[in-house]
Amino acid sequence: MTDTLILAAVAYDAKVVTIWDGFQKWFAARGLAFDYVLYSNYERQVEQHFDGAFHVAWNSPLAWLQTDRIAKARGRTARAVAMRDTDMDLSSVLVVRADSKAQTVADLRGTTLGVGAMDSPQATMIPLEHLAQQGLLADRDFRVRRFDVLVGKHGDHIGGERDAAKALMTGEVDAACMIDSNHLLFTQEGTLPRAQTRVLSQTGLFDHCNVSVLDGAPESLVARFCDLLLSMRYDDPVARPLLDLEGLKQWRPGRTNGYATLARSCDRFRWIDRFVQSMQP
Amino acid sequence: MMSNAAIDLADLGLDFGATVLLRHALLALAPGDRLTVHGVAPSLDLHLRAFARAEGHGFESADDEHSRGTLVRGTATNARWVGAQRAGSAAPDGAMDHANATWGLAARGAQVEAGAPAFAFALADKDEIWSDNAGQLYRAAAAAQWDPASAIPWDAPRTHPAFVEDALVQVLTYLIENETAALIVPAHFCAKVHPHFREVVQLLAIQAADEARHIEVFTRRALLARDQLGLSTGGGQASLQTLIDEPDFALASFLLSVLGEGSFLNLLGFLQTHAPDRCTAEVMRLAAVDEARHVAFGMSHLLRHAAHDSTLRPRLRVAIERRHEMLRHTAGLNAEVFDALVILAAGALTPAAIARGHAAVADLQTQMDSGRRARLRRLGFDDREAAQLSSLHTRNFM
Ligand SMILES: [Fe+2]
Ligand SMILES: [Fe+2]
Repeated sequence: MTDTLILAAVAYDAKVVTIWDGFQKWFAARGLAFDYVLYSNYERQVEQHFDGAFHVAWNSPLAWLQTDRIAKARGRTARAVAMRDTDMDLSSVLVVRADSKAQTVADLRGTTLGVGAMDSPQATMIPLEHLAQQGLLADRDFRVRRFDVLVGKHGDHIGGERDAAKALMTGEVDAACMIDSNHLLFTQEGTLPRAQTRVLSQTGLFDHCNVSVLDGAPESLVARFCDLLLSMRYDDPVARPLLDLEGLKQWRPGRTNGYATLARSCDRFRWIDRFVQSMQP
Repeated sequence: MMSNAAIDLADLGLDFGATVLLRHALLALAPGDRLTVHGVAPSLDLHLRAFARAEGHGFESADDEHSRGTLVRGTATNARWVGAQRAGSAAPDGAMDHANATWGLAARGAQVEAGAPAFAFALADKDEIWSDNAGQLYRAAAAAQWDPASAIPWDAPRTHPAFVEDALVQVLTYLIENETAALIVPAHFCAKVHPHFREVVQLLAIQAADEARHIEVFTRRALLARDQLGLSTGGGQASLQTLIDEPDFALASFLLSVLGEGSFLNLLGFLQTHAPDRCTAEVMRLAAVDEARHVAFGMSHLLRHAAHDSTLRPRLRVAIERRHEMLRHTAGLNAEVFDALVILAAGALTPAAIARGHAAVADLQTQMDSGRRARLRRLGFDDREAAQLSSLHTRNFM
């Protein structure tokens, strides 16, 4: 079935089926045969990508780095061909209670930091790197309390960040990490009650998911897929519910310059070394 | 020409409603226009970036101390309303000839987003259901709702003999099962009519509510002096089953409202006249007032339907004939109900009184027949057809 473009995604939620079924119909109406496979975790997806089980992967930022590093080790090349407008220029924050004595990140020394799942870029890896760059090393200078919800999903599930925010309010942790949009959500929904918390520090900007391709993928098929993806318009009533579900207004060409902080975090903390090594040929 | 606008949110944060002000301000801008945001709420710049990303706008960090950042209006804001369609008009004459499935539950006259889900309302053509007086009938029905607790003299004296009370309880038992059919039929079609035809849906809903009240008052009257109800026959239920099983709105409405409830108008009048107590008389009078509206709606939407569809009258004829065939081997009105009606009109168990009662019931049946024939003629059947079709109507009355 080389005339069918096959995409892989991780089923972090049941709605993933609705999304890709919808995309399948939308692509079919435009003459592209499209199919998808779902994995329960990103590591399996990355592994199968190198086995040639599908053509393009809808990857978390961490899965992108895993793919990129394994590709380099194997003398292959990985590309990011598309991403959502909402995947660009994100930031995470470290939140403390309003009455906390901490005024700068240095004041977190000796405290407990609540983070998301151990494989969450936005709620664990990037904030820990952000602190390390300012001289504060996890487990040496402060304790880390992980809120592991759905490990393997690379933090796609919001639960870990919400649990960390709740733990901040109960006093179980002294600071909590979350992505900027969840900070807005948690303050709106009251998980972080009004005027009872304060943002201690904000990370630099980083990018999130992308559609990744390995060398050797059928080029014209992938090009057709990308062209169609980038042509999806929010004013198309058939596409709009899919874009709403997937959380974007517009697909953008992929870029890979927004993963530097995550890459440094992986270098420093060796988050993915074992997995990448296990994938050596 | 790109324009630059500014907004001051003072101390209002995006977590406490500032998004309303931002969306309002952005709506007034064109894609590419810039909105510089001022304010002193904590985390405002952080939240502006998250808001911009989620809503498809650009965001630029503040380059001076006076602002908290600048939103660059994206294209998604109004994109949702491209191709949106107004679902007719809310005015009384605003119903369209056909209601689109994707208008769904939207208010008539609302602007409906393209791509909204399609709803499977089976009755979406105006000609099948509409009547120009539906709105007026609904308002009349709403104004005429009565409270059983206060509208009926439940404590009025009862001086009639026990056998008259027994006869009344038997008639009420029969009425209750008929009212139940009369509730189920409009309730069933209420859920099938496209809500675009708001007045029809409202009217069917209040019609069902009327029947619910009739069930209540007949039951309550029956239990005033007895702790059990009377008999229900298979033949009576078979007749009603053909009513609630009729899938076609026009045919069901014809059989129920025009023929059945039409006949019931005479029956309720008879029961009011021969009621053994004031409570019963008032129950029958109030029910008859409601029934008159049910008959009126049935007549007017069928008249309109027949004017637009020449195949309707032949189908109505077939419906009566088919129902007659289905019921020809059933007993029709059960003997217990017939006898009870005679006793109510007689008031005494003497040959002379029973003769009077029997004549009154015969007279009732003649009135029912002439009422049905008059309505059939109004629907365009000639005298001969009207007489023939009326005679085929179920002997169970409803
Ligand atoms: Fe009734
Ligand atoms: Fe009725």
